[in-house]
Amino acid sequence: MLEKLSARLEDVQEFEKTAVPSTHLKSWKSFLGMYAGEHTAGTEFVIGPLFVAHGAGAADLIFGLLFGNILAVLSWAFLTGPIAVRERITLYFKLEKICGPRLTVLYNLVNALMFCFLAGSMIAVSATAIGIPFGLPMAKLTDWLPNSAGWVVAVMVVGLFTTVIAMLGYDQVSKMANIAAPWMILVFLASAIAVLPELGVTHISSFWEVAQTKIWSGVPLEGQSKFTFWHVLFFAWFCNMAMHIGMADMSILRYAKSWKSGFTVAGGVFVGHYMAWIASGILYAVFLQKTQSSLDFSPGPVAYYATGAVGAVCVIVAGWTTANPTIYRAGLAIQAVLPNSKTWKVTLIVGLITTLAACFPALVMRLLDFVALYGLLLMPMGAIIFIDVWVFPKLGLQSNLAAIRNSTWNWAAALTWFLTLGLAIFINQKFGVEIFFLGLPGWFIAAGLFILLNFIIQKKQA
Amino acid sequence: MKKYIIWGAQGAGLVLTILPAILVFQGYISNDLNKQLMFAGMAIWFGATLLKPAGAKS
Repeated sequence: MLEKLSARLEDVQEFEKTAVPSTHLKSWKSFLGMYAGEHTAGTEFVIGPLFVAHGAGAADLIFGLLFGNILAVLSWAFLTGPIAVRERITLYFKLEKICGPRLTVLYNLVNALMFCFLAGSMIAVSATAIGIPFGLPMAKLTDWLPNSAGWVVAVMVVGLFTTVIAMLGYDQVSKMANIAAPWMILVFLASAIAVLPELGVTHISSFWEVAQTKIWSGVPLEGQSKFTFWHVLFFAWFCNMAMHIGMADMSILRYAKSWKSGFTVAGGVFVGHYMAWIASGILYAVFLQKTQSSLDFSPGPVAYYATGAVGAVCVIVAGWTTANPTIYRAGLAIQAVLPNSKTWKVTLIVGLITTLAACFPALVMRLLDFVALYGLLLMPMGAIIFIDVWVFPKLGLQSNLAAIRNSTWNWAAALTWFLTLGLAIFINQKFGVEIFFLGLPGWFIAAGLFILLNFIIQKKQA
Repeated sequence: MKKYIIWGAQGAGLVLTILPAILVFQGYISNDLNKQLMFAGMAIWFGATLLKPAGAKS
């Protein structure tokens, strides 16, 4: 058995340093299944309720999510998809060609760390359901540190299981996501429908009035900032910014037969980031009504209240199927730093770091801020790739500069990254612009800086 | 034949996941019964999906 597993692990071939051959391309259906599973995740049980906690209004939520998700799909389809199928290499290998291996190492370490934290939050969500039969004390909205040994054990169990599956490679990840996705999506929907009568919705015609007064009332909970239409729109658009505008999904979509596979993400985000956020918001509103606006915040018990054991299992599976590809991506990031190491060994280390991070409830309670920060940190490299692939040839500038000049550190790319983040911090601190809104100006700053710096550096070196 | 039985079971699993919630909303059944039916739906869905022969598409 162990020998078989070992042989399977040795055979995992992910084309880290080569283009994906045509024999390994996958149809759009494979991406539809994976994206549906990935975007209907454990974190949806957190994000929907956080919109309620932040006092988003009903119309702000419905229309903010609609337009934000449309913009996200377009970003995947028109920014990530075409570059992924044109290059057919991982994000990390592409960055190595543009930025040089040393800068790519720095990027990969930041990227892998962010992926670990993100996967950690998903594992933490699953652990809230594992804890139900043992009566584990659950975290509050204001908690940052683990509150019991039982919590740590629950996180360890979920984390190690997730890591083992991720170690087996992309095919296994895709298979698991495909099996769970259709059922999971229906559980989200069913949970919300079943609890609507408790909020006073007895007919579809009374839903909107209840939505405005009892679910998304527009009044934030104690200690939470107020969210508007623009918060919701930009969050929906940028919550996966690292994946689309940041180009991380090049590593996934490079397996696509056509760039149009980028549109399949619509099947994921409109279910996971629309229906599931609305559904989990409804569940949380029932919980708040039942507990007189308690600050307790744990998706497992909330789902368990609505649909019993099925809700708890759904929370576990939802967290697990998203943590899987995220750990896989983090493994690829580290693999690019340590190219001679085996993918499965790297994934094991990444999984252990993720599991450790998952022990801290702060990852869940500040998830909206963390997700926005994560997208912002990685976004400038996406702008760099976009400009390098599409704009440089038109401007007569050299693409893949580091590879052509055999350079290990591209200063134009490094300064673009650091200055963009520095300017984003400046705008945030000086003008009080919230982190959710910095991604859009940040992309244009990064694109402009990269072109300008390349004109200076390439002309100087010519 | 086995393939069609599995497809049918998968469909039944999904119907048992969503339909009872609609019946709760309409006031026809209690939420406790809904929870039991959803549990059965979950068991049937995963059971049928895991029994599906390798390579068969749903």
